[in-house]
Amino acid sequence: MTKEKTIAEKQLFTPFNVIAGIIIFIGVIITILRFTRGIGAVTNLDNNNPWGLWIGFDLLCGVALAAGGYVTSSACYVFGLKKYHSAVRPAILTAFLGYALVVFALHYDVGRPWRLPYPIFYSPGTSSLLFEVGLCVFLYLTVLFVEWTPSAFEWLGFRKLRAWVLRLTLVLTIFGVILSTLHQSSLGALFQIAPSKLHPLWYSGYLHVYFFISSMFAGMSMVIFEGTLAHRWLHDKMDETHLAEAEGVVLGFGKAASLIMMGYVGIKIIGIAVDNNWHYLTTGWGFWFLFELVGFVLFPAILYGMGSREKNTTFVRIAAFWSILGIILNRLNISVIAFNWHLPSADRYVPSFLEIGTTIFIVTVGVVVYKFIATRMPILYEHPDYKEHH
Amino acid sequence: MAISRRKFLTSMGAAIGAGTTGALTKAYGATNQHFNGYPESFGVLHDITRCIGCRKCEQACNEVNKLDKPEKPFDDLKVLDQKRRTGEAAYTVVNKFGGTPDVFAKKQCNHCQEPACASACFVKALKKDKTGAVVYDESLCVGCRYCMVACPFNIPAYTYNDPLTPKVTKCTLCLPRIMEGKLPGCVEICPKEALIFGKRKDLVKIAWKRITDSPGHYMEHVYGEHEMGGTSWLYLSRAPFETVDMREDLGITPAPQFTSGALGTVPIVVGLWPVLLTGVYAISKRKEKIADEERKEAVQAATDLATTEMNKQLSQLKNKMTKEKEAAVKTEVKKALDATAKKAAEEANAAEKTPVTKEAVDDDTGNEEE
Amino acid sequence: MEFFTLHDFMTYSKGITYLIMGAILVFMPIYWLYLTDRDD
Repeated sequence: MTKEKTIAEKQLFTPFNVIAGIIIFIGVIITILRFTRGIGAVTNLDNNNPWGLWIGFDLLCGVALAAGGYVTSSACYVFGLKKYHSAVRPAILTAFLGYALVVFALHYDVGRPWRLPYPIFYSPGTSSLLFEVGLCVFLYLTVLFVEWTPSAFEWLGFRKLRAWVLRLTLVLTIFGVILSTLHQSSLGALFQIAPSKLHPLWYSGYLHVYFFISSMFAGMSMVIFEGTLAHRWLHDKMDETHLAEAEGVVLGFGKAASLIMMGYVGIKIIGIAVDNNWHYLTTGWGFWFLFELVGFVLFPAILYGMGSREKNTTFVRIAAFWSILGIILNRLNISVIAFNWHLPSADRYVPSFLEIGTTIFIVTVGVVVYKFIATRMPILYEHPDYKEHH
Repeated sequence: MAISRRKFLTSMGAAIGAGTTGALTKAYGATNQHFNGYPESFGVLHDITRCIGCRKCEQACNEVNKLDKPEKPFDDLKVLDQKRRTGEAAYTVVNKFGGTPDVFAKKQCNHCQEPACASACFVKALKKDKTGAVVYDESLCVGCRYCMVACPFNIPAYTYNDPLTPKVTKCTLCLPRIMEGKLPGCVEICPKEALIFGKRKDLVKIAWKRITDSPGHYMEHVYGEHEMGGTSWLYLSRAPFETVDMREDLGITPAPQFTSGALGTVPIVVGLWPVLLTGVYAISKRKEKIADEERKEAVQAATDLATTEMNKQLSQLKNKMTKEKEAAVKTEVKKALDATAKKAAEEANAAEKTPVTKEAVDDDTGNEEE
Repeated sequence: MEFFTLHDFMTYSKGITYLIMGAILVFMPIYWLYLTDRDD
């Protein structure tokens, strides 16, 4: 009796669960504060800086890093590259949870979250890129949810439903690529309305192209990075196929990411040329811009290239993490660092601890749910009863 | 099949080229169309040279809109020592800029001809009215604050500390009062006529008349005539506008035009991506099929070759075996014959060598019974 | 239909465009099925 209880306790109070529990508890407190005392009580947002960490990180980085879903599923089902098959479900799960968390985070940031359906169902502001973002995110979340359901159905044993959903795979994948192209690019285009507020080295008429292209290697890098974490923490849940295909996925995405990142560096340089902004490169902001572009795009791109050439998965995994940092840096630069660059430093924005706490809380919820699903449903392995599906 | 695929790809290439070029050029969201604004819209002309910084306009605005009273009263002029921006209970502020004498300028929503806030709003909570006022509808606002990001003049404020009914706040051009034929609160109370209200097109003329009537007295520029595509609030100043916190680097492009390129690409993606992606899928499926067939053929050919080889070897072996068998038979036959011949020869020899007996001689049959 | 501002024009034209986009997304899969019906 006592022995069972101890074992049960042991399983519940793992270090992971305890830390996650504390973070979630704090998060609940912050949530209460937010909805009883307003956004101002929890954030450092003000009239000059209406968007801060929640938009810059939770929304922009969240969406960019969840791009692995459309990249992996299109690689496998549209481009016919079967070696990525075992990576599809984890990527779709990440994307689904990522977008769900973005919507969750939005409930904190937006003044009246219960009105979020308004722009789509009640009063569409069709001139707005934010309308486009909202519509696409709403539709894409639905697509991702449907793409995830086969795993759940296999877990629950709903054979017919699962078979029916699987017939939709190609259509959903293509629809997913379309929606992803649209909202990834539109998030960048949002800032195109404020040329007077974003530093010229980051502002461009091509912002929407930059965001779309960078979402591709953001997604690939996340797939590699998460695969690395899953191998460390969820290894026992992976079947032979998954383990056997892992290296191919890492090296394949490493090569692809390297190429795309090189292209991205090229079009960023073109953007400077087109607006004749070279002289900004020799300023302090110019250094920061090059720090981001050279230090966190060009260099990891080269490491990716070396890794894929020499079949060195360690290089590729390091490059993946490095690239992810670069994506985060880029999105934060555009939304909060290089945004309002001309304001005096007293008027600049820095996130509050409660804002940071909320972000950590939201990410933790994501990790907890991911772990719950990946340890119970056929994400990292193929369900033995359904092995025939491909 | 090869020809139609090539044609397909070429026509796709052309279509994408045309489509994306069209969408990426920085033309209007409406190519070749020009918009002049509502013809009878109102505006306000603010002659900065006449402002004395009395802050009565701030007070009138506060009263007309029934806003919360500020901490420091409106006649406290020490407030002017700090630069202020509009806030949730301050739709307008007057700021002081150094000089001899001091220069004062009033700031509030400029009611742009092509408002960035209205363009940004994804629920149509902000709209340009035909009177010229940019109107905010609190009943639609979701609180995304994109309008605040978009406004190049940093005007809209937000009630961040209201947990359940937060809203955007800004000058309303006193639309209710205008509709009653009254003047906006600030215009009415200004003791120095630094603010005059009228039809925008008339105010532009008045502004230029003042400039030309008093050469050297004003900057030769009517701020708001063209900035961001034109605003309903127009300004005259003696000091350069940058020195009174009015940015001169905003350009004349209206805000909606900045996003029309990206917005224009959206439907092209929806129209072409299904075609492209299905095409890629079809090509990859075809390649798979061909690869499968080629593999099957290769396997078949290899099998056939192996079979032929095997048959050849078999028949060779068979021939060889047959030959060997025949040879062996021949050898055996020869051997047998040789043996028989040898035996016969031996017997013949034996018969010659042995003495001939009577019985034996008489009997020439050779039959010897011994 | 007269538009006085670019914004009004864009709201209207984009509104119609979104509806067309929806129609395309419904029509295209149907058309693809029509094209590939008789494939092996």
